Amino acid sequence: MIIKGSTVAFTGTKEQEAELREFLKANREVSGVLMPALQKAQGIYGYLPEEVQKIIAEELDIPLAEVFGTATFYSQFTLNPKGKNEIAVCLGTACYVKGSGEVLAKIEEELGIHAGECTSDGKFSISATRCIGCCGLAPVLTVNGDVYGKVVPEDVKGILEKYQ
Amino acid sequence: MFRSQVLVCGGTGCTSNHSRELIVEFENKIKEYNLDKDVQVVRTGCFGLCAVGPVVIVYPEGAFYCHVQVDDVKEIVEEHLIKGRLVGRLLYKESEITNVTALSDTNFIKKQTRIALKNCGVINPEEIDEYIAYDGYQALIKVLTTMKPQDVIDVIKESGLRGRGGGGFPTGMKWQFAANSINDTKYVCVNADEGDPGAFMDRSILEGDPHSLLEAMIIAGYAIGSHQGYIYIRAEYPIAVKRLGVAIAQAKEYGLLGKNILDCGFDFDVEIRLGAGAFVCGEETALMTSIEGHRGEPRPRPPFPAVKGLFGKPTLLNNVETYANIAQIILNGADWFKNIGTEKSKGTKVFALGGKITNTGLVEIPMGTTLREVVEDIGGGIPNGKKFKAAQTGGPSGGCIPASLIDIPIDYDNLISIGSMMGSGGLIVMDEDTCMVDIAKFFLEFTVDESCGKCTPCRIGNKRLLELLEKITSGNGELKDLDEMEELCHYIKENSLCGLGQTAPNPVLSTMRYFRDEYISHIVDKKCPAGVCRKLVKYVITDKCVGCSLCSRKCPANAISGKLKEKFMIDTTKCIKCGVCYENCKFGAIVKE
Repeated sequence: MIIKGSTVAFTGTKEQEAELREFLKANREVSGVLMPALQKAQGIYGYLPEEVQKIIAEELDIPLAEVFGTATFYSQFTLNPKGKNEIAVCLGTACYVKGSGEVLAKIEEELGIHAGECTSDGKFSISATRCIGCCGLAPVLTVNGDVYGKVVPEDVKGILEKYQ
Repeated sequence: MFRSQVLVCGGTGCTSNHSRELIVEFENKIKEYNLDKDVQVVRTGCFGLCAVGPVVIVYPEGAFYCHVQVDDVKEIVEEHLIKGRLVGRLLYKESEITNVTALSDTNFIKKQTRIALKNCGVINPEEIDEYIAYDGYQALIKVLTTMKPQDVIDVIKESGLRGRGGGGFPTGMKWQFAANSINDTKYVCVNADEGDPGAFMDRSILEGDPHSLLEAMIIAGYAIGSHQGYIYIRAEYPIAVKRLGVAIAQAKEYGLLGKNILDCGFDFDVEIRLGAGAFVCGEETALMTSIEGHRGEPRPRPPFPAVKGLFGKPTLLNNVETYANIAQIILNGADWFKNIGTEKSKGTKVFALGGKITNTGLVEIPMGTTLREVVEDIGGGIPNGKKFKAAQTGGPSGGCIPASLIDIPIDYDNLISIGSMMGSGGLIVMDEDTCMVDIAKFFLEFTVDESCGKCTPCRIGNKRLLELLEKITSGNGELKDLDEMEELCHYIKENSLCGLGQTAPNPVLSTMRYFRDEYISHIVDKKCPAGVCRKLVKYVITDKCVGCSLCSRKCPANAISGKLKEKFMIDTTKCIKCGVCYENCKFGAIVKE
């Protein structure tokens, strides 16, 4: 896997940085703090660009390589910003056997991007997720947390139009 | 006292189905009719029947309403709560003929034995008093006031409880090992990183009965001599995380958690740590590495966690469902528990039923129940009159149970002997439309994606295995590939570092064992019998064709031609198998072969 840094310019504010540094200073002594630190940072910035990883490395006094290594290990952490509208298609077993793979393919086709990417206008990003737990509604996708159940490829256009 | 209670499911399935709006509407309407002193609205955990959600139960009648919409609330309040007449059209229908009123009368519930799920869908999980009213924290009181640590371990050992997270290791032995390790610091950990696709039993316990987990952790801490617990939970479970937080705060307020618990001089505290989406962190050593703040890579064993675990200290790690049994065993005794289940598998197991089954949801059955009872009686069978083909247990680590073995009693050892495993309890039902080669490929794609990359057999071996499967599903397979795959599977199983790699080839091995003919069809006939593998599907226009030309106009590859009002033809050399013609035909004249 090639891990690309963010292609979008970093626009973090002083307030965001102060909030993160304050959290890191207060929790420096907690054992195993790196994971909660990355979660906090992603909560503040929405993603983990190099600039943010550097702040974490500096405050916790650990090598940047370790911060990067941990950030890229877990699928929840992202080095790229998410689109204004986040589409997540469940590829858990129940959804998959009911055809969520075809739904994902249809969305990719409509938006011209692949799962894990963001459209160039920043409007949509797609992710393929693990089971989100509402298997009774399979196949399921969510847009910004709104759940759409029993989706068929023909529904995709209509769903996307709501968020244009 | 309330004369009536309206229980609305607040589990993830029903919440996604807008049950939160239902609660608001019920509260508004009840206020509107001045019933708020007589009727209480309670948001509970999962009832189990997620397929008919959002679900509402009204007590004292126990009337079980399904697919309730916000607009239905007014009718339930006016008819049921005011006039005492049940709203028939919303009641659960087990079949076309019988109309049961109460959830407890349904086949779905009657065939179950609920121990771990005892309180799920019964109490409000955010109220510690409700848990206490249902015997909550009684086991803790019994342990702290009347039992020595070794007594507790002996009861658990005697009960025969085995780990519910995967391998089925005897829980009492695990506790004994952790207790035997001498150290001033020990940890009690909970594996709530339920990552198997299709499994959601731990989440439902966390959402529906979080105190049962806390109570068991404190008991475990007392038994092994630990004062600190960690709950490692998936960040993807926001409702569960929130309710656990509420439960911890309430337990502390009641003096059930923290310093000097119940004035018995025992200290125990619990901390929640969130995972970040890595399946391998369900493996015990990887989970601990992750809590320590590193990449969640597994470590070689020995040393086992009971000797050297989290932060290098002796650590006890069990999964959520295992802990959910503890308080009940302490209260009712080892003999009570031993009487449920089979000779070597005691108690019950919770399964998440999913896939091609009518009653998608959560069921808890005594060990030894047959797969047929689970699928046909509790699960309500396969929808649309399709035939049962196989059930997959154990997720990406498990295997499938073919229709010929549907009468096998489900327990740890039986499942292992037929090449599957209990796993955490996902049970995915497949019908004749499911391609078993594709399913094997699906699970392998998952494990390849989730392999941490630390050891070569798993990182490269599974990737090669996946490539062979892709070769077969795209129509380029050769018969010798099957032998190569089998050899590779055994190599990966024997040489991988952790459970993820050691079990990753299981779905492949088990589908090759029971559905070899499907592999042969893909390889020799270049056909996918279920019509799933896209590259092997052949679209054919049948005599139903009226010659409307719609398919020909829609075809992106110009592969369809013919004269108007006559039968059209597909040029298979041009066809890209996109399926547009099949989807668009209004006469059902195009079939997959």
